Amino acid sequence: MSSFSRCAACKYLRRKCPQDCILAPYFPSSNPQRFVCVHKIFGASNVTKMLQQVPGHLRAEAAECISYEAIARVQDPVYGCVGIITQLQQQISQIHSEIMKTKGEMIAHHCAHSQHHPPPQPQGDPSWSISLHQQQQDYSQSDEHLLRKY
Amino acid sequence: MGGSSGSSPCASCKLLRRRCSKDCIFAPYFPPHDPHKFAIVHKVFGASNISKMLQELPVNQRGDAVSSLVYEANARVRDPVYGCAGTISYLQNQLSQLQLQLAAAQAEVLTMQMHQKPHLAEQESEMSFLMAGDDFNSISHYIAVASNLSATVMEDPLTR
Repeated sequence: MSSFSRCAACKYLRRKCPQDCILAPYFPSSNPQRFVCVHKIFGASNVTKMLQQVPGHLRAEAAECISYEAIARVQDPVYGCVGIITQLQQQISQIHSEIMKTKGEMIAHHCAHSQHHPPPQPQGDPSWSISLHQQQQDYSQSDEHLLRKY
Repeated sequence: MGGSSGSSPCASCKLLRRRCSKDCIFAPYFPPHDPHKFAIVHKVFGASNISKMLQELPVNQRGDAVSSLVYEANARVRDPVYGCAGTISYLQNQLSQLQLQLAAAQAEVLTMQMHQKPHLAEQESEMSFLMAGDDFNSISHYIAVASNLSATVMEDPLTR
């Protein structure tokens, strides 16, 4: 890359941008702020080392993630990305609780519905009581199905 | 807690092979018995960057900052491509899926409530059953939420 089209990294570092500059593909001059954050948090030499350690076809993604982490740390100097992770874990935990609560409501409604449609009363014939037992088993199996569904 | 000529240098000064002064900024957070902790943050961020970051923070927040830096450094060493960003992406996907599940479960509860209503309406007038429009609106609302969420799952999780 000629000195007239230096990448954001070489521009910031006030150095010549060689043709094989490892940072140039991922820190174009069109987005200087991205490299400013990365340099502030990781430093140019650390970023260069990190990208060199990664296979070529994965460097773009690595640079993207490194930039994301640097920007998160600039925005939240105490917690950085860890703050975002903590928030997401709390939201997941909350949603889990709501799902369990909703599953409970489903079971309650299912039981209430089965009470409104009681099985036929036996008329002295023992075979009816066997039928009643079988129906109760069927209802409890479908309750398990509801629990497992989610 | 800082190191001095009479006591053991902190892990940072040991690694950097320098004198650990009484007001060493690293000493409270990188004790000598845990050299790995400083080694990993130094590898990822660099000692001078960490020093600058800590200097910009009030003292009562530096402990938390060091803990989160250690966490991020470990994540980046374990996964040199995605680091912590990979964890965030995974959690965002998990959250989206759970939101869909919750919307579906809530829609099902409302459907069950609606199916029970006709049974109760056998003992009430037909008009009162037709007036129970709120449940129909609630189900439509939850179905709309579920549809909306399925669209948002396709968003790039790293887009902020």
